[in-house]
Amino acid sequence: MYGKGLRTLSVATLITLIGAFALVFFWTPNEADQGFVQKIFYLHVPMAIVALCGFVVGGIFAIQHLRTREPIWDLRSYVAIHIAIILAVGTLITGSIWARAAWGHWWLWDEPTLVSFLIVFLLYATYTPMRFAIEDRERQARYASVFAIVAGAFVPLNFAAVRASQENTHPRVLNTTGGALPGDMRLTFLIAIVGMTLLFITLYRFELSTKQTRSHISSLKRKLSGDDDLPVLRRSAAPTL
Amino acid sequence: MRVLGALLRKELRLELRTLESVPGMALFSVTTFVVFHFGLNRPNIEGDLAAGVFVVTILFAGMLGLNRLYVADQEEGGFDGFLMAPVDRTWLFVAKAIALFTYLVVVEIVAVPAFGLLLLQPSILPVLPSVIVVLLLANLGFAIIAALIGAIAVHTRARDLIGPLICLPLLIPVVIGSARALEPLFTQGGAGTLETKWLLILGLYDLVFGLLSVAVFDPLLED
Amino acid sequence: MTPVIELSGLGRAYGDRAVLRGVTLTVAAGQTLVVFGPNGAGKSTLLRILATLLRPTTGTVRVLGSTLPGEAWKARGRIGLLGHEPLLYRELSARQNLRYHARLHQVDPARIEQLLDAVGLARRADDPVSTYSRGMVQRAAVARAVLHDPELLLLDEPRANLDPAATEHLEPLLRGERGGPPRTRVITSHDPAGGLAEADLALGLKGGRTALFAPAGDVTAAEIGELYR
Repeated sequence: MYGKGLRTLSVATLITLIGAFALVFFWTPNEADQGFVQKIFYLHVPMAIVALCGFVVGGIFAIQHLRTREPIWDLRSYVAIHIAIILAVGTLITGSIWARAAWGHWWLWDEPTLVSFLIVFLLYATYTPMRFAIEDRERQARYASVFAIVAGAFVPLNFAAVRASQENTHPRVLNTTGGALPGDMRLTFLIAIVGMTLLFITLYRFELSTKQTRSHISSLKRKLSGDDDLPVLRRSAAPTL
Repeated sequence: MRVLGALLRKELRLELRTLESVPGMALFSVTTFVVFHFGLNRPNIEGDLAAGVFVVTILFAGMLGLNRLYVADQEEGGFDGFLMAPVDRTWLFVAKAIALFTYLVVVEIVAVPAFGLLLLQPSILPVLPSVIVVLLLANLGFAIIAALIGAIAVHTRARDLIGPLICLPLLIPVVIGSARALEPLFTQGGAGTLETKWLLILGLYDLVFGLLSVAVFDPLLED
Repeated sequence: MTPVIELSGLGRAYGDRAVLRGVTLTVAAGQTLVVFGPNGAGKSTLLRILATLLRPTTGTVRVLGSTLPGEAWKARGRIGLLGHEPLLYRELSARQNLRYHARLHQVDPARIEQLLDAVGLARRADDPVSTYSRGMVQRAAVARAVLHDPELLLLDEPRANLDPAATEHLEPLLRGERGGPPRTRVITSHDPAGGLAEADLALGLKGGRTALFAPAGDVTAAEIGELYR
């Protein structure tokens, strides 16, 4: 009852992603300087953009949570941030591979996007431990929301600061907005972004309905076994409804 | 203002009485300079290295202050006592930020001369006014973030770990701004002038997170 | 005249764990409600909700005419709480602590001296609270709780750390200001006979539910004792 429309969504995601990668491998031309390895761009950049948007969306859900105090908003914020963190790990790994292939180093400090991303990732890496360290569930939800809002606002500010610090050090190899890409590359790139966004939404919906179903089941179980039977709460970083 | 006065007076009185934060922070920063001397194995440093060593030392000294900031309120019921009063809760955040800002200023009154004496190659005196401007802006950013995150961290288990873990990445823009601003000031030959770009970044950071913290602080205080 | 406390179906849960369920009662001005119940029955939670420190999960709560939590700000400053924790900074003296609270509550500083005298702390008022005995801490906490002459006083086992003489000494302060009307009070207690003696109303909590709510005159100590079985 929670996973309505998930099947259609999953199929659409799968088709878009397969289509995007088919275009990447069989249609888009190799980039002149870097050759084949540049194609990781179609995975890396959409992943980075979607991850950042996921963090910001998590912050917006958190604002909703503080306004309404409905646990569902905390759960939404938690799931969005959770999946964005996973995508962020993917971004860092693919970025590192790309850097190695293109410039010969696994890590480049003068690539501001990559560096900002690492900082944002390190910040969000404390989100789950922080939740876990607060035992009272309601307090956990409130504090997590404050964290999500502050961190969400931090994302753009941090990018500005890091970029300012690295002006005139390294020429930008690729314009990541896709604005300067030739037509066929741009089309592939846009489809890849759509695919990655769909992937995010699918994962988000899956995780959300799993969590909702689980808490529904446990509340039904509680009703079956009698109201007075208080459940022993395990300590957890995940929100309960 | 009456409320802010009462809170600040209480805060500074507690610190004067227990001396739990400021002397420790000051001693920590001087000791860290000595440690850097041996770690780097240099008689003196200048330029970007000097700026980095100084900023990071103050940052870590500040973490000690962050960890103590709300402990008395948490353990001795200060939160409840404050919450039952008919006053705006945001004042607590403002008072804590001002208190921490003051602690940092006192620490720097010790740390800046010590740094000039122990490590810095060019004389610090000619650039002192510019250094003060940079440090005031950096202190403000630190105080805002620490007063906000400290209120989260004090309610967690392992609060001494969670607080710095969240604060360090959040403060990287402050580190960038202040280290880059100090770099030309600490360069041999005194050629460097203060770049307004870095002051703008620091100022913008203080403004954005100052307003944001005021907006989100209240929910941290409910039970 | 509107009652000082009106609870209707009050419930409070921590996550899935309900600690208070369906508590409904009314306390009129000047009445004393004594709450009995074993540890974990929800007594302290009830007091914290009335003190505006904790949000109710379900039901409606009206305290001093304000609906909680929405209008809590109107009731704040008119409620005094004396809990298990003294709510005093240990490294500050009793006088400094009281001055701090007096500023927050806009209380005339002259009242601090008057209260320090009344609780018998005038001689030690400038020593840090950390050097006090438990009884002295409790007396300082009483002074703090009544500093702003609250209309509603919430007392969590107020006599736990006091000897009988001190209890008698503080009683007038807890009961109401000289010449003024008696305070409305909510007191938690483990002592059936003593609790009933000062109560107008008795509430018995068990597992977060109301096991008993009646005028104190209609309740016997034996019935209170049943709660602890």
